[in-house]
Amino acid sequence: MAQYLLIESRDPFEFDLSQTRALAQGLAREGNEVTLFLVQNGVLPARRSSKSAELTQLTKSGVRVLADGFSLRQRGIAAASLASGVQSADLDVVVDGLASGHKAIWF
Amino acid sequence: MANLTFLIMDGPYENERTVTAFRLVDSALKKGHDVTVFAYEGAVSLTFAKQAPHANAVHGRDLAQEDHPLPKDWAAALLKTAQENGRKLEWVNCGLCVDERGVGEAIPGAKRGSPGDFWKAAEASQNALVIATR
Amino acid sequence: MARTLQYIEGAYRANIEEQDDPAVWITGAIKGAGGDLAVVLAGNAVNYAVKGQDASGLSFGGRAQTQPPRIADDLSRLIAKGVEVSLVADDAAERGLERTAFVEGIRTVSRGELPKLFAGYDRIFRW
Repeated sequence: MAQYLLIESRDPFEFDLSQTRALAQGLAREGNEVTLFLVQNGVLPARRSSKSAELTQLTKSGVRVLADGFSLRQRGIAAASLASGVQSADLDVVVDGLASGHKAIWF
Repeated sequence: MANLTFLIMDGPYENERTVTAFRLVDSALKKGHDVTVFAYEGAVSLTFAKQAPHANAVHGRDLAQEDHPLPKDWAAALLKTAQENGRKLEWVNCGLCVDERGVGEAIPGAKRGSPGDFWKAAEASQNALVIATR
Repeated sequence: MARTLQYIEGAYRANIEEQDDPAVWITGAIKGAGGDLAVVLAGNAVNYAVKGQDASGLSFGGRAQTQPPRIADDLSRLIAKGVEVSLVADDAAERGLERTAFVEGIRTVSRGELPKLFAGYDRIFRW
């Protein structure tokens, strides 16, 4: 099975991300190791809100959900307000994933 | 140590994808990887040599105080850092995209190329990431 | 050679100005340079496979565009060169498109099948 790195730069307040979320779940269901890395406005639903439940749900489906620390700080999203299951991480994770051969897809 | 290839498309000042791309290249170089950036479409303007800074009257800052790193400055700094640290950063602008945008005057170190160069770089790399514009 | 999938979702952004779709165009350029890739059209890009698209006739201040984009033709050309071109059937149905609407040679894949499809490629470039 493969390792996937889905880099999500869009937010669900402005875009319909249901298909990308479903893809992440589908890849995990197939036995792949899936990381959803939120960056730029993609971190907005990481703050507990009406749209953050879907991220928590993803983590329960076996998808690792990380949010870029710089993007969080830029938007004033404190660690204490992160949705359950979402972790702050450095963008280095993306570089490490690429170097390790993860299948990386930018959304 | 890996070779990584990035394809970027956004022109300057249009989307935060540009800054994220710079962050990725910077991080990759710091980690000891070699990097190829293939600038496609609007991204070819990132290394246009004639970008010029301006003062910021809204903030009451003169030119020096505004201290604005332009995209070409960041690209040049990354090229310089790579060279100084024995790493390879190839910045390749899609030639046809350069022509139709009239941005042929690029900073030293930025090269002209074609989609074939992107493909060759991607093939020679451990991995490649396309950061498209939508 | 890494097996590469061009996953094209964005559509009709700069096609008139470029006289091409940049993702479809670069696919042709890479194929011409010896590359090996396949294409999946998703989202609004499923419309690229539709017959009868006509972007001709634009003229501003008397300067006419004589080579409008003909994306469906470009896809047909890719297929003729051996590039496998598929589209996401669910996205097509959502947009009221039936199979008869598409140019010849277009394959279909369901959205649910995408994970299995991705498994067959080393790299997936999303446009």
